[in-house]
Order: sequence, then C-alpha cells, then structure tokens
Amino acid sequence: MSKINLTVNKKNYSVDVEPDTPLLWVLRDKLGLTGTKYSCGEGICGSCTVHIDGNAERSCILSAKDVEGSEITTIEGLAENPDHPIFKTWIELEVSQCGYCQPGQIMTLAAMLNKNASKAEIEREMSSVLCRCGTYHRIRKAVDKLVEDK
Amino acid sequence: MKNKQTRREFIKTVSVSGGGLILATYIPFNNLFAGTADDPKIFSPSVYLKIDSNGVVTVIVHRSEMGQGVKTALPMLIAEELEVDWEKIIIEQADADTKYGSQSTGGSTSVRRNWEPLRIAGATAREMLIIAAAKKWNVDKSECYAENGFVINKKSKQKFSYGELVEDASKLPVPQNVKLKDPKDFKLIGKRIHRVDTPDKIYGKAKFGIDIVIPGMYYAALSRCPSFGGKVKSFNADKAKQIKGVIDAVQISNGVAVIADSTWNAFKGRDELEIEWDFGPYANVNTDDIKNEMLKHIKEEGAEFESRGNIHQSIKGEKLIDAVYEVPFMAHAPMEPMNCVAKYENGKVELWAPTQNPQNAKSEVAKALGLSENDVTVHVTLMGGGFGRRLVSDFAIEAAEISKVSGKAVKLTWTRKEDIKFGYYRPPSMHVLKGSVSADGKPLKFYHHVIAPSIRQMRFDKNLTAEKSEIKEGTVDLEYQIPNLKVTGTLIPTHVPISWWRAVYNSQNPFAVESFIDELAYAAGKDLYEFRKQMLPEDSRLLNVMNIAVEKSGWNNRLPKGKGRGLAVSYGYESYCAQVAEVSVMNNKLKVEKYTAVIDCGVVVNPDIVEAQMEGAIAFALSAAMKGEITIKNGGVEQNNFDDFEILSYDEMPVVDVHIVQNNFKVGGVGEAGIAACAPALCNAIFAATGKRIRKLPVRLI
Repeated sequence: MSKINLTVNKKNYSVDVEPDTPLLWVLRDKLGLTGTKYSCGEGICGSCTVHIDGNAERSCILSAKDVEGSEITTIEGLAENPDHPIFKTWIELEVSQCGYCQPGQIMTLAAMLNKNASKAEIEREMSSVLCRCGTYHRIRKAVDKLVEDK
Repeated sequence: MKNKQTRREFIKTVSVSGGGLILATYIPFNNLFAGTADDPKIFSPSVYLKIDSNGVVTVIVHRSEMGQGVKTALPMLIAEELEVDWEKIIIEQADADTKYGSQSTGGSTSVRRNWEPLRIAGATAREMLIIAAAKKWNVDKSECYAENGFVINKKSKQKFSYGELVEDASKLPVPQNVKLKDPKDFKLIGKRIHRVDTPDKIYGKAKFGIDIVIPGMYYAALSRCPSFGGKVKSFNADKAKQIKGVIDAVQISNGVAVIADSTWNAFKGRDELEIEWDFGPYANVNTDDIKNEMLKHIKEEGAEFESRGNIHQSIKGEKLIDAVYEVPFMAHAPMEPMNCVAKYENGKVELWAPTQNPQNAKSEVAKALGLSENDVTVHVTLMGGGFGRRLVSDFAIEAAEISKVSGKAVKLTWTRKEDIKFGYYRPPSMHVLKGSVSADGKPLKFYHHVIAPSIRQMRFDKNLTAEKSEIKEGTVDLEYQIPNLKVTGTLIPTHVPISWWRAVYNSQNPFAVESFIDELAYAAGKDLYEFRKQMLPEDSRLLNVMNIAVEKSGWNNRLPKGKGRGLAVSYGYESYCAQVAEVSVMNNKLKVEKYTAVIDCGVVVNPDIVEAQMEGAIAFALSAAMKGEITIKNGGVEQNNFDDFEILSYDEMPVVDVHIVQNNFKVGGVGEAGIAACAPALCNAIFAATGKRIRKLPVRLI
C-alpha cells in the first residue's frame, strides 16, 4: 500500500491504495463517489469519464498514481451547479433512460463545450460513449441545443 | 413497525424551477417522525399507497425501474385517481413480497397489468377520504369532492386536508367497486410528466445496485468455468491471497470467489486463482454444431402451429419463392454489469439486488441456501438497464452463497467480460419460408417453419412440445389475409443458457416474416405498401399505423440511387407498430438515416416515455441487426467486451420520428413493442437501396 494524494472536486484526499489501482475504483470504493460508473473496464465505453485538468478521460484505465497532482472533477463536482446548462437541457429533453451511462455522456460533453470544441470533435467524442438504452437520439438533440445556445 | 420504513432516508419529489422534478434525499425536518409516540398515523388502504397524518402521500412502486419509466408511470395511475399534488408524492421502491401481486418486470406488462389495480387503489383511498370528510361535516358524500390533496365541501367551501382525514378514514370499511375517473377528466394520464428519477441519475447521486455500500461490506469477484455446464475440480488460492487486500477465497456452486477490501483487489485476486476445471459435457460444442442442429430440420415440415387452406396444392399461374432466414445468439449487455450485495447472518439473508424479478430472486436464493423464503429479504435497486437479463436470479444466488460461505457481507461485481460470457442469451433461430403470389399480384400461399430452442423447454419444462412452446410468438395470428397458410415449428436443444431478451421470439420471427412478405411483394411486382394493404382488413389498427408511417415517412417520394426505404409492421404486447427505415449504402457502407415509427398502444399514460421506449427499442434492435453477435467456441462464449461484441454508437443512431396514435383502446405494452419491426424494416430498406436481400443477422454487406 502507498499513500496517494488526490484532488477531487477541489477537495484533497490522501488514500491508501496499491499504485496500480485505477482511479475509477479509488473514486467508487475509497471516496464513495459512485456517480462515476464502471461498465467495460477497458476504456471502450466511456461510462467512467471524469475530467483530469479539464480533459475528459476514462478513469477505468488511469492509475491513481498517474493523476496525483491533477485537478480531478467527477459528475458530483459538475453537479455542484445543478443549473449547469447540460443538466437543465438533459432534464428538459428527458434524455436519460436507465441513466447509468449518463454521467459519462455528460462529463464527455462538458469537457467539449468548455474548450469550444468543433462540431466534428464533439461528434467524434460523443460517438465513443456507449448507451444501451438508445438515448443517442435525445443526446443529439441536447448537444445541438447546447451548441446553438453557446 | 410499519412506520420504521418511513423514518429511513427516502426519496421525495420536490418541484424546482423550470417545471422539472428533482429527487432529493428527504430527511424529515419536524419532530413528528422522530419518536414512536409522535409517529404520524398511517392510512394505507392498499399495499401500493400510504397517506400519513401530515398529509404525506407515499406511493409504493412494486415493479423494477431499469430506464423504462415505471417509477414515474405507475405512480401517475394512483395519483390520477387520488387527486393529489403530483409534485408532493413520495415514491418508494417495494421489496420483494407476494402481497404486491407479480413483480416480474418483463413482457411489457407493468402499465397494462396495473392500469386497473393502481387506479382502483387511488380511487378507493380518495373515496374513503371523501366519506370521512362527509361524516365530519355531517353531509352526504355527494356534497364533497377531492382536489389537490383536500376534500372540499361543495356548498360551504370548507376543506380538510388529506392528513386531517387520515385517522377517520383508516377506521372506515374499504368500499368495493369504486367509480374510476372518466378518461376525459384525466389530469395526469396522457401528459408529458417529467421522470421522477432523472435529476438524481444525471447528478451522479442515484444508487444503482453496483453503488450500494452497507456497513462492514467486502468486495467479491467470481471465477466461473469458461464452458457452460462445467465445474470446479480443484483450486489453489495461494497466489490470489498474496494480492494485497485479498481476504479470502471460497468455492460456491458456480465457481470460486475472491473476497477483498476493494473491487479492484477482488478482480486482481480472482485473476490469480489457479483452478482446474472439469469443462463438462459440452466443452467441444461450437457455433457450427448448433447451426447444424437447426439445419437438420429445415427439410421437415415442423409441428403445426396454425393452418388454413392448403399450402401443398399447386395453383395455376402462381409464382413460387422460398428463403431461409437465420438469427444468432444475442447478449443483453446492459451498461451496468451484473452485481448484487448480500449479507448472510444467523440463518437469514438480506440482498440489495438490481433485479427485474424480485420474487424469483427471493425464492431462488431461499432454495439455494436452504432457507425459508421468510428469511430472505430482497431490496430492489435501480438498474443500469435490464432488457430481460435481470429476470434471471443467478447473480443474486452467487452473492448470497458467497456471503454464506465466507460469513461476510459482500458486494459481488461482475466484470464486463463476465457479463458478456456468462449471460442468458436470446436464442438463435432458423426460419424456412415458402410462398406464392398470383399473376395479378395477390398472395396465395405462406409457409413459415421456425426452428429454435425454447426458453421454457430448456429451463422449466423438459416435456414441452413445439406446439405448446413460445417459439411461435410473432408469427402466429398474423392479420394478413392469405388464403393458404401454414406456420410450424421445431424445437432444438442447446446447452447455452437462454432467456428472455427484449421481445425474444418477437424479435426473430417478425424479422423473417416481414422480410419474406417484402420478398413476396417484389415477386408480385407490387408496391411494398400496397401489397401489405390488400391483405389487411379496412378497420385494422395495424393498417392504420402502417398508413400513418407511410404518410409521415414520405414513402412515395423518390430517393436517389444508393438510398432505400423499408417498411415493416408488427403486433405484440397488445400494441401495433409500423416502421419505415431509410438507409443509404455507399461502397458497401451502410448508414441508417432515419426511422419513422408509429405505435398504437391504446390509452397513453405518458407520451414522452412511450416515445423514449420507441427510440430506445430501435437503437437496441439495430444493435442486434447490424452490430455484434454471440458465437460459441469450446462450449463457451467467444466474445469479451464492447470491442468484439459491438453495440450501436452515437454516430450510428438514425433520426427517429415517433408518432403515437391517440385513441381509448385498452392500454397496451410499450417496452418491447418497438423491437419487432426494426430489423425487417432495415433489411427491406437495404434491399431497396442495393438489391441485396439480407437473410442472416447481423447484416454483413461484404
């Protein structure tokens, strides 16, 4: 075991974990931040997306050791502002079905909107976040609306 | 101590600006909930409903929420009749209990089976509150009415809140045959009410099964035999136990479990287990063996499901065609992998299970652990998708066994790989179709022989015959008026675990049938819509949805080369559906541009949820039609994750234009109703675009 210092949602934590432990499992099992979801464990589906220094990254394939010193933001951090336009649009359009992949969808999109990504970049990034309920149709509506309102 | 539950943290809906509903953890702020003496009186004229003396209305949802919206739609039925402020209702998820009637959340039944019972529950409570108020005022109950959580005296305009009436109402006999509201007076039913659980889900607050943590809990991972039907011969956990954080390794009926202080350490420990497997009797079975088993029967006639006229006669001038269709095994792969929290203690077990089938989990766990059902408690959690996978209780049994053997409370989490490899799959099927049309383009003969394993035969009733099996679903009782028709079936065995997968046989049979109807229409030289239309009675609801789909999709507008439209219709779950797919195919690359989907599901409870279910069904069915399949090698599943079992992605999702027919027919099912027509509409569109007929799923153009 070794101490790893993490900054998550602007709070500092010191956790005892093996250095190879993926950030995902530190967030979920050690810090109780279960909004970040496990689904594929191999960086394929995007359910576990968080922000590392503002960039959307997959926490299931990042070791906790590698993100020491970085600003980590999870869905709980983004939700500190429930009036964030993404949340408001998601509710207005009732995007979510089972809801499991939605934190990953939202974190991916939030990073794109923050950096004023082009439509093509947004299309590419959102295409790498999987949803089994088939909410893609409404995600697209929400993306279009948010890009237009920006 | 029924009040105990109300004192736990529970979910309350409160309104937020913007008209939405927000779910917050409701911690009672006044001392009325704090002590036994001050507990509010509870009026509970039905198992689905409680009203306390503070006026707090709690609706108990006994079906499981997996994204299909029951946690919103079912309370709407009660609230409609009860006349309460929707935004003040508290919604509680029921534990497994036979008192609720069936809790099995499958077959698109939640709304249609509870349409009456839940409205009656609401109306009965309303009636009793009105009677209680009338007695207080000493007037006839016809002098009073209920509105927004109050009973109002028509003449005096005085009013009592429901909370003030709880004590009196709870002493009244429960009235029988209360009058339900006239649909024209509905205030909630038919409205686009926002889902009660959306905000918590998107803020990352909602607790799915995988998120549950209980005091003293450890984390477990399980190693299972790669070949179905195999078992552990022996194992050595020495290396596993050297992994830091690993606490124990125990054998259960389904494999060897590692228990650790975190999910990650449990996974790591599990990977270090050295297990000698007895791969079992099916260790040499591959996909081709199962296919050959089906092929053996394609020349046979099959056991008769339905017959009229004579398909064997030869008719002068008829044009005969035939085809064989084929559909593979399919995994559910919900985004939340299987998991369950279990705590075994002193001969009792408590489970927190993301299950579509709570009562089954309760009885199966009791059986597996040798307990009485009374000693098994099943708390139902939110589910990150279900699609039928969570109707099976395997994950609950595993967690319960691990907890019992290890003596520890555990959360068992499956990896994605295990979710793909150890599922209960949609069965494969083969379909022999033959038919003929007359020289003037009329259908003359139709024959369909379904060859597939039966879920019921494989899992519940070895003696079940094809005639009595469910493999006929989606191909019998077709509305098409074809003079000579025969539908038959043959059951084949499979060692691969099979189960209900969103629509099951209603996903395979309509693919074959509606594709072959398209083939017949081409053989007849007729417009694909006109060919179907001439086979349907004028007052047919199926014809109506088809007419709307044709109109809304611009069916008659010409498309450029490389593009095509496909039409398919379906009936199932007491709902009618028509879909028009529009695709383009350039250099063998398929792009699904648009779906126009029309559903007639009778009375609509929440149109927004109906639309979402149609959109979702199309995405789910397109994944099965275009993307991954499950294949078998050495008795087990070959695929591992979303890279080799692909599902539809954002950029592949077509525009979906849903239209709901407005009528007052009996309420129909919605969750699975959008599946059946999707694959045939797609493949018919591919044929229109390319001239290539797809008879085997998933679609492979090269």
